[in-house]
Amino acid sequence: MVEKKVVVKIKTGLQARPAALFVQEANRYVSEVFIEKDNKKVNAKSIMGIMSLAIANGSEVTLIADGTDEEKALTGLAEFIENVD
Amino acid sequence: MYMTESEVRISMSKVTVKDIINKFKLELISGEEGIDRPITTSDISRPGLEMAGFFEYYPEERLQLLGKTELTFFGMLNEVDQKVRMERLCTDITPGIIITRGMTVPEELIEASEREAVPVMRSTMKTSKLLSQLTNYLELKLAPTTAVHGVLVDVYGVGVLITGKSGVGKSETALELVKRGHRLVADDCVEIRQEDQDSLVGNAPDLIEHLLEIRGLGIINVMTLFGAGAVRSYKRITLCINLEIWDAAKQYDRLGLDEEKMKIFDSVIPRLTVPVRPGRNLAVIIEVAAMNFRLKRMGVNAAQQFTTKLSETIREGDDD
Repeated sequence: MVEKKVVVKIKTGLQARPAALFVQEANRYVSEVFIEKDNKKVNAKSIMGIMSLAIANGSEVTLIADGTDEEKALTGLAEFIENVD
Repeated sequence: MYMTESEVRISMSKVTVKDIINKFKLELISGEEGIDRPITTSDISRPGLEMAGFFEYYPEERLQLLGKTELTFFGMLNEVDQKVRMERLCTDITPGIIITRGMTVPEELIEASEREAVPVMRSTMKTSKLLSQLTNYLELKLAPTTAVHGVLVDVYGVGVLITGKSGVGKSETALELVKRGHRLVADDCVEIRQEDQDSLVGNAPDLIEHLLEIRGLGIINVMTLFGAGAVRSYKRITLCINLEIWDAAKQYDRLGLDEEKMKIFDSVIPRLTVPVRPGRNLAVIIEVAAMNFRLKRMGVNAAQQFTTKLSETIREGDDD
């Protein structure tokens, strides 16, 4: 299991559309992926879970991946979140 | 017995004095600086012995309730004692002091509380009434909570938590259950808190309450589509059904004699693993699982009865 703290740089935060893209990205990996904000941890492959966190621009989240491609998943998703647009 | 630890992370929700003031409509008398103090325990103290000068076991981290008894006794003390005892009552970690029955707040208490920034509040309620309401509220708020990936539905009054990997069909199953007259509690992300000793209560995060996400349709609102009768805001969880893609190499339960268990916090609930394959009507299977679960709790165990009968018949056959 690997984890990484990232700061959300997407301008609008994880609104519905970016959240859907994020979940799509997460589903490309076989590993179990979680995202944690303020002690609340949800499955990153679940769109409703992600949206229930209401992740804003500038907030810090922790990505957690567990599985055969965990490293790849972590870098891929971190890149997505840290991408400016 | 097979046990599964769920993917949980425990978090404690925070309660501050401000929440208590708003919830119980308390009048803030002094110590306003301290209204953001956190309340960390649901225990409440009535500092009667402390009023009498015994501070050895003073539970300073608890909310303090001063009622008629304590204040009448306080009025009988001499001035020096009054001052000293109120000062000792207000420590830097005391979340707050509440005066009940709308009684007059002693000057000494106001002075001491301003110095340490301990909020002093007043309620018109009776001490014992307020005490029990405060305890209930704090227990609820301070209960450990966690979020689980899954769907929670109320099926025939049984709170069924449907779990399984992403894309296995949890939400679709929930939709079919709702269409069949059952009620949705939460989709995709279930917040669970432990109440009392072994009671798990689940609800949806505020933002996604009543919503369901169906691949190909997107987000739908179950409450506006199917009516208020199709949703519930919270439900006690008593059964977990884990959906997984049919694995030909895996052995599935054929008899229903053994009960698989799942542990969330200290509570253990039965868990069934149901394989998913085209042509299997999951909603019906879950309905029957819920009914069978109720039947078992009422003392009727079909699998058990059948095996007893079978072994009896075999034994009779031996005797002949």
